Amino acid sequence: MRQSLIQWFKFASPQSFYPLAGRMIPWFWAAAAIFGISGLWISFFVAPTDAQQGEGYRIIFVHVPASWMSMFIYLVMAFWAGLGLALNTRVSAMMAQSLAPTGALMAALSLWTGALWGKPMWGAWWVWDARLTSELILFFLYLGFMALQAAIDDPRRADKAGAILALVGVVNIPIIYFSVKWWNTLHQGSTINLNKAPSMAQTMLWGMLLMALAFWMYSIAVALMRVRAIILERERHTEWVKHAVE
Amino acid sequence: MNAFFATVRRDLLLAMRRKSEVLTAVFFFVIVTSLFPLGIGPEPVLLKKIAPGILWVAALLATLLGLPRLFAADHVDGTLEQMALSPSPLGLLVAGKILAHWLLCGLPLVLLAPVLGLQFDLDASALGILTLALLLGTPLLSLIGAIGAALTLGVRGGGVLLALLILPLYIPALIFGAGAVEAHIAGLEVGGHLSLLAAMLVLAAFFAPWATTAALRIALE
Amino acid sequence: MQWNSVGEFFAMGGYALYVWGSFGACALLMIAEPFLAKRRLSEVRRSLIRERLADELETQQRTQ
Repeated sequence: MRQSLIQWFKFASPQSFYPLAGRMIPWFWAAAAIFGISGLWISFFVAPTDAQQGEGYRIIFVHVPASWMSMFIYLVMAFWAGLGLALNTRVSAMMAQSLAPTGALMAALSLWTGALWGKPMWGAWWVWDARLTSELILFFLYLGFMALQAAIDDPRRADKAGAILALVGVVNIPIIYFSVKWWNTLHQGSTINLNKAPSMAQTMLWGMLLMALAFWMYSIAVALMRVRAIILERERHTEWVKHAVE
Repeated sequence: MNAFFATVRRDLLLAMRRKSEVLTAVFFFVIVTSLFPLGIGPEPVLLKKIAPGILWVAALLATLLGLPRLFAADHVDGTLEQMALSPSPLGLLVAGKILAHWLLCGLPLVLLAPVLGLQFDLDASALGILTLALLLGTPLLSLIGAIGAALTLGVRGGGVLLALLILPLYIPALIFGAGAVEAHIAGLEVGGHLSLLAAMLVLAAFFAPWATTAALRIALE
Repeated sequence: MQWNSVGEFFAMGGYALYVWGSFGACALLMIAEPFLAKRRLSEVRRSLIRERLADELETQQRTQ
């Protein structure tokens, strides 16, 4: 037990995490490719045409995974940031920093694909639906986190300030979501009910799950790539970094 | 508790010496709300419909205007460091500063709102609900804003960054605050909106000074 | 399989713009992001290697 605990703390140092991340990246890319190809196969060739929405519904195979990942990444980011704040582990703070752009990308993709889905289905690129609005706010939260970290020169202070912001954001996300939902029901007249979506066929669900797994693996791989760059940038004056790059 | 009231008193006294800073937010609120009818047109039905949203958004932006100065002066002259080193808990002093900020920036807005609401053809009971909602909502704005002010203390581009950090977090207050007045105008029950605002205020009053203190300690390191 | 021809597949039952707009944007951004991350890493590595070479040169000159 103690042995394994020591093992974990060992990887919390940038020096040992840097090569470990490098070794893990190809595996996550491979997993992302496998899940992605099978997911795409199901979404384009196995899943049947939807009776109501025709072929347009195939957008959900990227829209739903992107939305899921955008929310999930914020939680993971807040977790790493909080861990970094509590235990003062540098790598977890760096991990939080490297996850933020990927999370923002997922939120942007979710908004973009949502607009492209909304146009043919509802006749509008954007409706003030509860889910769309909360996704937009989540995107702003990511931008705020990234802007705050970019504005603070001292990386240690940037880590801690970002952690507090991420934790405040996590507390607020459910409140924001429910308030937006309530606001939406109050103004029901102009909005469209999203819950009328057709019952999902088993194959569609499988396609969506595989695509979500692919997005997940992609996010890990790209975050690890970025965290390696961040480690080298931050630790550039240490002795081990000088030997790590040959 | 003495330290708390001393901080409130000190901040109020300081603000009284520099009246222009306090008045900026108030004038901003008055001017912005008066500009909307000029931009939209004098039609009473439309103005009545958009009044709660406009008054609330204007109150939100006016609060934001004063936030960068919440800790800045004390940070520059070293008072904040003395506060952090003082025997009374920093959280208490921070809570005092937040209360002072609300008394200076939030309370004038609450008192002015019914007068400005008249411009939008709101009737007496709607004005009452508006004032009540702002009374519950503006302290919430000050509390959440203080976290952002502490996080962006001494950071370059602080003012714009503060807006980016804080405005998304203001959304629930805006929704329920403006929603209460809208619901009242539509003839619906407003108790739910106001109790949710009060619940958020209690939650923020408990957590925000704590988070602000943590952020200030980071800025002082 | 519900596609009779390649053209039908790309037409997406009239939803081509929306479906390919979504999948295309995902593909584009998800190729660009790793590329940018990779470039960031190699830029740091390059500058670190340059730094080390400069250090080595300096020590060589000092010993000479």
